[in-house]
Amino acid sequence: MLLIVVAVTVVVTRDLLKATMLFAIYSLTIAGLFATLDAGDVALTEAAVGAGISTVLILAVLALVPRYEHRRAGHSLPALAIVTLTGAALVYASFDLPAFGQPGNPVHQHLGAYFIDQTYADIGIPNLVAAVLASYRSIDTMGEAVVILTAGIVVYALLSPPPRPRRGKEDER
Amino acid sequence: MTLLSFINYWAVIILMMTGYYCMIVRGNMIKKVIGLGIFQTSVFILFISAGKVIGGATPVLREGVERYSNPLPHVLILTAIVVGIATTAVALALTVRIREAYGSIDDDAIDAAEEDDRV
Repeated sequence: MLLIVVAVTVVVTRDLLKATMLFAIYSLTIAGLFATLDAGDVALTEAAVGAGISTVLILAVLALVPRYEHRRAGHSLPALAIVTLTGAALVYASFDLPAFGQPGNPVHQHLGAYFIDQTYADIGIPNLVAAVLASYRSIDTMGEAVVILTAGIVVYALLSPPPRPRRGKEDER
Repeated sequence: MTLLSFINYWAVIILMMTGYYCMIVRGNMIKKVIGLGIFQTSVFILFISAGKVIGGATPVLREGVERYSNPLPHVLILTAIVVGIATTAVALALTVRIREAYGSIDDDAIDAAEEDDRV
């Protein structure tokens, strides 16, 4: 509930600094939610990455751009209709999904059960998430590292050339 | 099997639609990035809540625990969080470049600048 309230406030506010701070609170709340859903590792990552790094990144950009949103940026009824329609369709679809938290759900039948039973014999470390991440899915994790590298290269490429001022832009502002 | 057993999906849907609305309506680039972040985290919640078993424990093997929650969604979402921050970084870098090129990060102001350019 708190999450939804915070998310809506983030969308409504025009002050970008306020929105950034609320987004950090939102990420931290999500981290707490993950902890109650038994996902300790994910909660730690979300608290560090979502609430930490992304807030720092947005703040760094905010130092370069105006703090307030454009006045005319308002709300639009067609968009609201589209969003409500999509949401209604998803709610309709959600009735076909398995009920929350039941041990008999399909997601717990195959790989999950295998990992819980066999990981200690195969890998020998008690933290299942770390074992799966670094061993069974190590290629995937390497791909993730490649993504980070690519993102780093792209950010560097975007920000390194000196800005080319466009003619006639300064006087209108 | 009551209505309450779907409440996680509905919370996810509400958050997802909030992020979606933010992406569509808000002209400001930073607002769009934040909306994308909200959309992303709603998907994370979907996966993590699918991995939860009621009465289960955090998947770290130890004595005296019979039932663990499913570790696989946790692994997938760990990867997704890190990839998400990479996307955010690239989006923000693009925002900075747009600001340098057009002097604004709002959609209509950029459109106006485009028009001026064409004339």
